[in-house]
Amino acid sequence: MSIWEYANPVKFMRISGAILPWVVAGAAICTVAGLVWGFLTPQDYKQGSTVKIIFLHVPAALMAINIWLMMLVTSLIWLVRRHHVSALAAKAAAPVGAVMTLIALITGAIWGQPMWGTWWEWDPRLTSFLILFLFYLGYMALWGAVENPDSAADLTGVLCLVGSVFALLSRYAVNFWNQGLHQGASLSLAPGERMAAVYRYPLYLTMLGFFLLFLALLLIRTRTEIRRRRLAALLARENLA
Amino acid sequence: MTELGKYATTVLAAYGASLVLLVGIIVQTVLANARARRELQEHERRG
Repeated sequence: MSIWEYANPVKFMRISGAILPWVVAGAAICTVAGLVWGFLTPQDYKQGSTVKIIFLHVPAALMAINIWLMMLVTSLIWLVRRHHVSALAAKAAAPVGAVMTLIALITGAIWGQPMWGTWWEWDPRLTSFLILFLFYLGYMALWGAVENPDSAADLTGVLCLVGSVFALLSRYAVNFWNQGLHQGASLSLAPGERMAAVYRYPLYLTMLGFFLLFLALLLIRTRTEIRRRRLAALLARENLA
Repeated sequence: MTELGKYATTVLAAYGASLVLLVGIIVQTVLANARARRELQEHERRG
């Protein structure tokens, strides 16, 4: 069985409808349990209770970057193979990615104020994240501005390719420029830099929860887009008749 | 109950803002899906 068979809207609706309750349940359990567990962790000897913000900031930032990369893959599938479900999945993912980016920016600012002494700094990672957020807004605006859905999918696909540079920059900016306030990887495996288990395990759980939450929202939103497309096609057919 | 110390406002603000955004996108997603399903069903029922 080819993977491209899932690009069939009818098959996608059937399979996504079957797995959706499990994904929703997994997302609810992992996200709530992870955040409660994270909230109950002890204070850090340096950062005090602000360390608890990591359970929101890191999973949101991780999803912000990876959702754009998922949109890149689905946009490429649309541009190369013209599968409508992949274009609709990219469209469906964008608002979720924008919210994740906004959460990362807001929690980063709130965390930065007591730790760095400033809400904002034009640091490479922070700046590239802000640009990524603007790309999300531009991507959604472009979908709304172009009337023909296939043209909108083409144009947003190209925008997604361009924005991928900033998605990757926001991940590797610290390594490229080696300057600014933001530290490197939060989940380093290097000796002496590894996060204590008391924080690491709830962080793993919230990361899984945020991934499942995104997957649940993606499936629901893609199903919404398919229904809207179906309704538009029916109305267009009636108008022709 | 967990001890938040002098950063209580900071931590609660971060959790509050994030939860508002997360609940917002979840509610918007569910409502939009319900509306799209209802409109399509009504149209198909009308034939």
